[in-house]
Amino acid sequence: MDPLLEILNKNAKFTASQLAEMLAVDEAAVAARVAAWEDDGTILGYQAILDSEKAGNDGVIAFIEVKLTPERGGGFDRLALRISKFDQVTDCYLLSGSYDLLVTVEGSTLRDTARFVSEKLSTLEGVISTATHFQLKTYKQNGLMMQTEASEKRLPVAP
Amino acid sequence: MKISERISQRVQGIPRSGIRDFFELVQGRDDVISLGVGEPDFSAPWHIREAAIYSLEKGETSYTSNLGLMNLRKSIAGYVEKHFHTQYDPAKEILVTVGVSEALDIAFRALLNPGDEVIYHEPCYVSYNPSIYLAYGQAVKIQTKVEDNFSLRASDVEAAITPKSRVLMLNFPTNPTGAIQPADEMEKIAALCVKHDLIVITDEIYSELLYDGATHTSILAFPGIRERTILLHGFSKAFAMTGFRLGYACAPPELTEAMMKIHQYAMLCAPITSQVAAVEALENGAPEVERMRKAYERRRNILLSRMKAMALPCFKPGGAFYAFPDIREFGLTSKQFAMQLLEEEDVAAVPGDAFGKAGEGFLRCCYATDETQLSTALDRIADFVGRLRSR
Repeated sequence: MDPLLEILNKNAKFTASQLAEMLAVDEAAVAARVAAWEDDGTILGYQAILDSEKAGNDGVIAFIEVKLTPERGGGFDRLALRISKFDQVTDCYLLSGSYDLLVTVEGSTLRDTARFVSEKLSTLEGVISTATHFQLKTYKQNGLMMQTEASEKRLPVAP
Repeated sequence: MKISERISQRVQGIPRSGIRDFFELVQGRDDVISLGVGEPDFSAPWHIREAAIYSLEKGETSYTSNLGLMNLRKSIAGYVEKHFHTQYDPAKEILVTVGVSEALDIAFRALLNPGDEVIYHEPCYVSYNPSIYLAYGQAVKIQTKVEDNFSLRASDVEAAITPKSRVLMLNFPTNPTGAIQPADEMEKIAALCVKHDLIVITDEIYSELLYDGATHTSILAFPGIRERTILLHGFSKAFAMTGFRLGYACAPPELTEAMMKIHQYAMLCAPITSQVAAVEALENGAPEVERMRKAYERRRNILLSRMKAMALPCFKPGGAFYAFPDIREFGLTSKQFAMQLLEEEDVAAVPGDAFGKAGEGFLRCCYATDETQLSTALDRIADFVGRLRSR
């Protein structure tokens, strides 16, 4: 991956001038490249990663295994895209293994989520079966630990 | 009886490390941003720590062979062959030590008779001179210069050689300057070592940490060197394992055996937990080493860009994680500069003279510190430098 994208992928908060400094390149060039990636969809967006508990998000997250009947010509794509377009769906992946799609759904209550699965998802033509797993606790997300442990301080001066 | 008079004359003859003096000043002050450390700010990668925990869980708490665990020595042989293109026999030519520091100490003790001369280059790591002295050797220093990017000139080595010269000690990339040695000059130095029959000790602890796509040519790359060389390396810097205290020496069997004689009585063996962790580091640590190397490179770039902006001359370090800016324009000693910087701006950096007289007029700034802290520290240095210039 491009070194600039690598940094942004870990921390998108750096300014163009900071990024230029880190990579020893011109600031205008950094801004232009980022703009080009935003244009062509390489960079899809920027988000803060939250600890939901601290942020007061009481919503319910469910991971749903979905089995599908693949379609001639399109495979799983048409149905997967259709499922992805629901606002409640935050992530949708096609997987190898015993089921086809892993769909993450966010609802405000358990009932909301259950209703989405029973009324919208499982009734779609081509969906063979679903299995819903509710999230109980998050330990790590997007490479970040939810609880940071205080680490031993280094000595201030060492040879 | 005065206890202080019972201390051996040799130990009495060693001055305290300049770093220690400075450490005591820094300690106890809050809000200090330290660029004064000589170690990574990263913890050892989790897979390495986890391997150490698993080893403890299994109850692996015994002594190991004096030389170190055989599977670790085999991994070291593989790693050294890959990185230095030199083969060592794990059974007879590799000794696992408690850090490179121990390896260095026993190497000198194994080699030197009273009065034997060891040539080394300054500014350098703080232990070289005292370790030579404690082994009854005679330290012969060569001052490397900022004009040469702190690399070592073969002509200076040649001029330092006398009939008593026994050892040439090298450290590239260098602590505290971050210098790397040009291959052509290294080749000439290698030829001198062969011609004058010198033993070479090469401290390669920073050899993975190189920037701008630079390559590091170890003296081992040249003919006639392997059979007269002790290669010292370890896990502290590239693998961020300083507290594991683990290093190794690779050398021809006679030299390894000689060092082992001291090691077995002084240390017995390196800690088994650290040795197990080191196997994991060598087998699976490369991606994490690269991730950390890239972080250091970004931080080095930030530092160099700010030094340039504040017009503080700073040679561009090709390796390690130190920069060595030139502060001679201010008419202060390194110590005065560092103390005032600490007093006025709460930034700690080590005075260059702690690394030998050749470091006077310079400051060692370690950039193994996260970007935000580093950036704040550099802002403060810029303010300080601005004030000094207007005084």
